Amino acid sequence: MSIKNWLLPRSTVGIGLIAIALIALPFALATGGQAWVRIANFAILYVFLALGLNIVVGLAGLLDLGYIAFYAVGAYTWALLASPHFGLHLPVWAILPIGAACACVAGVLLGSPTLKLRGDYLAIVTLGFGEIVRIFMNNLNAPINITNGAQGITLIDPVKIGDFSFAGNSTIFGLTLSGPQKYYFLLVALALLVIVVNLRLQNSRIGRAWQAIREDEIAAKAVGINTRNVKLLAFAMGASFGGIAGGVFAAMQGFVSPESFSLIESVMILAMVVLGGMGHIPGVILGAVLLAILPEALRYGVAPLQQLLFGKVLVDPESLRMLIFGLALVLVMRFKPAGLWPAPERKAHGNPNPEEGRA
Amino acid sequence: MSDNTNPTHKPVLLAAKQVAKHFGGVKALRDVSLTIRQGEIYGLIGPNGAGKTTFFNCMTGLYIPDGGGFDFTGTPLVADAPDQAAARGIARTFQNIRLFGNMSALENVMVGRHVRTRAGVIGAMFNSAATRAEEAAIRERAMALLHYVDIAERADDLAKNLSYGEQRRLEIARALATEPKLLCLDEPAAGMNATETGELRELIEGIRGDGTTVLLIEHDVKLVMGLCDRVAVLDYGALVIEDVPAVVQNDQRVIEAYLGA
Repeated sequence: MSIKNWLLPRSTVGIGLIAIALIALPFALATGGQAWVRIANFAILYVFLALGLNIVVGLAGLLDLGYIAFYAVGAYTWALLASPHFGLHLPVWAILPIGAACACVAGVLLGSPTLKLRGDYLAIVTLGFGEIVRIFMNNLNAPINITNGAQGITLIDPVKIGDFSFAGNSTIFGLTLSGPQKYYFLLVALALLVIVVNLRLQNSRIGRAWQAIREDEIAAKAVGINTRNVKLLAFAMGASFGGIAGGVFAAMQGFVSPESFSLIESVMILAMVVLGGMGHIPGVILGAVLLAILPEALRYGVAPLQQLLFGKVLVDPESLRMLIFGLALVLVMRFKPAGLWPAPERKAHGNPNPEEGRA
Repeated sequence: MSDNTNPTHKPVLLAAKQVAKHFGGVKALRDVSLTIRQGEIYGLIGPNGAGKTTFFNCMTGLYIPDGGGFDFTGTPLVADAPDQAAARGIARTFQNIRLFGNMSALENVMVGRHVRTRAGVIGAMFNSAATRAEEAAIRERAMALLHYVDIAERADDLAKNLSYGEQRRLEIARALATEPKLLCLDEPAAGMNATETGELRELIEGIRGDGTTVLLIEHDVKLVMGLCDRVAVLDYGALVIEDVPAVVQNDQRVIEAYLGA
């Protein structure tokens, strides 16, 4: 009927096309080098993280600036349980749930003291929490060496299912798949699972309770929602997703160090959620993919483009990258304040005077 | 309402016992005691700042009273636990409408079913048969309530886009979704014209007819006197009188409170 209907994966044809595109993508990208497959993998990982944060920020309306801490907890859980550092090599089906559980506990630990806070105040506390976790990772190498400090943990086991390892090349049905390509398919499968879970949560009794708290906490209390438990649940669920993503990250990289979990990463993930369209799952996915790929595309595109236009590289690609990136963010916020792909009902009836901040 | 004009033999639903609340030096409630009986429409009136809404907030757990307390269906209400008050069967609306603006009208009412349903995160994730059945029941009940308050055609519109009168009705539907024994309406007729007030009156009588007790805070004296079985008057946080409308209307203290002595 319209472009929108065609784009939305409602029909079997649409689903088929998306499936074919998703399957073909790593092979197409590999022609440009494995680095591009890795970028795609990170984009999917960010989809994961953004969807997790979307539960906390988009649905429950709790501004969380320390989300990367849960990613860090998941990554370090994997690193410690599957590396020569402690000599432990637990299997995937044991580590991922443990990682998710650890992140979940961290989420509740962060959530419980901050239940009465909201808005800016909550953002500051969560920001602090994110930094605390990073600083812990950085300094827990003495007196007992747990995290190996700033050097990080190396030689982390890849994901292994049975005898099948996701690292290195392997041949399946006559097709040779590289390590990143195999991880790609694992990540796509996990991402689909996360999307389904998110959609179901959003349209569930708990999902509605989260949105009710976001809209008006006092009214939510008055209709009988135990806001304390429901908020903690939002923190716990969001954190679990972050923990799983962190585990896959550690296995994929084979290396974790505290510098992967800096404040800017939290800000990035929040920007993905906000830019894409808070509380709208397709929008959040779009935001995550865009913000994960755009900087890389600029990094690879800017220098050759300058070479072509001016014959030499005038501006350092790295600084230009952040400049364009920042400008893009400002423009989106100016012209599409609800995000690039907001929930359709919000787009249809833009409220010129939203009643914000009444407590 | 002929058989309800003298409900003194009916059991007590809610008993406020010397409820006191102060904000700094301002005594908002001074040992207010009153009883609401099952099946009646009970009016709570008083000049602006008399403590009506404070009384509501204490009763529904949003404020912690500084003294006294409430018995509901014979057992005390826990202070500072609005979700438990809702679970016990007290539902309310707000003087300045508080809907979930960016959710549809239907979703607003569905949130009201939260306290009477159980599905958790695990059930939702696996989309279990029990969860799906419960979800269908929630939707059906919510839709029925939208029909009941006569705004079913706005089910899919965002709450913030509804007209003022529709928002008032939606708030009542959301409150009814919690299956209350006692429905507390905080100035439901504020800002309504005569026709809308008439419709509201029919709605409230219908709700009472279904067996729900109604507590009504209202400025519209005509509405209160015509609709309520009994009326309590608050002035400066203290109870002036609690009686049938005919008596209250002619009480000298009430006339003074309203017209100024």
